[in-house]
Amino acid sequence: MIGDIDPTIIHLTVFVLAVFVGYHVVWNVTPALHTPLMSVTNAISSIILVGAMLAAGPLETDWGVWLGAIAVVLASINVFGGFLVTQRMLEMFRKKDKKGNA
Amino acid sequence: MSANLIALAYLVAAVFFILALKGLSSPLSSRRGNLFGMVGMAIAVATTLTITQNWMLILGCIAIGGIIGSIVANRVQMTAMPELVAFMHSLVGLAAVFIAIAAVNNPVSFGLPEILPTGSKLELFLGTFIGAMTWSGSVIAFLKLSGKMSGAPVIFSGQHAINLLLAIVMVGFGLWFFFSETTNWTAFIAMTAIAFVLGFLIIIPIGGADMPVVISMLNSYSGWAAAGIGFSLGNPMLIIAGSLVGSSGAILSYIMCKAMNRPFLSVILGGFGGDGASQAASDGTQKTYRSGSAEDAAFLMSNADSVIIIPGYGLAVARAQHSVKELAEALHKKGVNARFAIHPVAGRMPGHMNVLLAEAEIPYEQVQEMEEINSDFSNTDVVLVLGANDVVNPAANVPGSPIYGMPILEAHKARTVIVVKRSMAAGYAGLDNDLFYMDKTMMVFGDAKKVVEDMVKSI
Repeated sequence: MIGDIDPTIIHLTVFVLAVFVGYHVVWNVTPALHTPLMSVTNAISSIILVGAMLAAGPLETDWGVWLGAIAVVLASINVFGGFLVTQRMLEMFRKKDKKGNA
Repeated sequence: MSANLIALAYLVAAVFFILALKGLSSPLSSRRGNLFGMVGMAIAVATTLTITQNWMLILGCIAIGGIIGSIVANRVQMTAMPELVAFMHSLVGLAAVFIAIAAVNNPVSFGLPEILPTGSKLELFLGTFIGAMTWSGSVIAFLKLSGKMSGAPVIFSGQHAINLLLAIVMVGFGLWFFFSETTNWTAFIAMTAIAFVLGFLIIIPIGGADMPVVISMLNSYSGWAAAGIGFSLGNPMLIIAGSLVGSSGAILSYIMCKAMNRPFLSVILGGFGGDGASQAASDGTQKTYRSGSAEDAAFLMSNADSVIIIPGYGLAVARAQHSVKELAEALHKKGVNARFAIHPVAGRMPGHMNVLLAEAEIPYEQVQEMEEINSDFSNTDVVLVLGANDVVNPAANVPGSPIYGMPILEAHKARTVIVVKRSMAAGYAGLDNDLFYMDKTMMVFGDAKKVVEDMVKSI
């Protein structure tokens, strides 16, 4: 029976459930961390890197592959930039925490 | 790797992304959360590598991007976070467009049929359209935030009609693209170009004051763009990650709108709030206010039991965070209970002020959100307002006022109020603030940093 379902419907199911998960998880984020939330979601949305890698994947290089390669660079800037700047910000929230306990 | 194994690895990565967001529920678990995010991304990339052939090119490109990203992340000033985030949104948008174009060019490399089915075309259309709008919208947001373009809204007559017309034409090209039997590049390119233009047109009428909403909204778009590409490629991990980001951005936009008491639609339609909408609305009568020196203010605060400091963006502009920290420490040494109260729209993006205070090493236990602290104002001796205006304007409680209904920090309930400001000018909303004219209010004029330093000296 599963085999008869259009894959798009299955993807839609995943999508709707993921929106609900996102909704509940994000409401639990403390407002003090909303800026790190944005930078980390930025890094997560660069998961699009996976698509860029597929575009740059084939060995016979045509212009589509080069376009994919540029997309890999753009998305990687975001992956590294996003996670590292989040790390930097969260470290700031830690420093004082240590002092507070000391 | 078999297709099933790949799908399972992607599922693990998706779970890590959810855990990453969950970690942000407290500063204590947040660093682990960020680490989970990195692990998820590493799993996703490693898994994808196994199904691609051109490793040299891909790893080379990741290295280039990684180096650029790391440099940017290490150098950026915390005051410039909104610009950085806007810049990064634009990259996601542009990458989405490039991927969609590459997919139309060579569907087979994405595991799609040689001749794209209409369903895939629809998904590619959505991915491209959202990606293109995210890119051009974020570029405008970046230019406005970094001051390279005026923050004032750009408004011309027929603006909304033009946008609507363009949207209809774009959908027309989309339909042409869906129903063409072969790959219809003309329709696809035209549709993408219009989406780029729409992105510009939609963001230019939105003024500087509404930037926290815009930046959250673009955050949301970048997620939906990733989810759209996930649909086209039939990749559930992209759909999950994209939806998480999309709903996160949407919630942040909602929170920002609520904090400014502005309906989302009216923010989107634009036209509100410029960079310097600052002539005080005069109603003819000259109201009197009391002004004092930094020393007077320091005297009041050091003799108080409790002090609440309300920082606004003016504080960040004056780069006074570190001086404020010294002020709080000096007060603590005197046995004064000094705390910080943060309004959700203090700063230029959600949570921005918290990061700026964290950078100055102010312990986050001393920093409280509006809901937590509002009931404490009435038992507080002194409130110090630093570079904030609209968020403490009691006019928000007066029916008929333009900001009526906006949640404010109830500074006016404290026994004494000290306001540090450059001048009597109005805030973003262009409104006069009755708080400044109350009998218990003392105005201290000057640059926030200088005034705070003077206060520290005299405590």
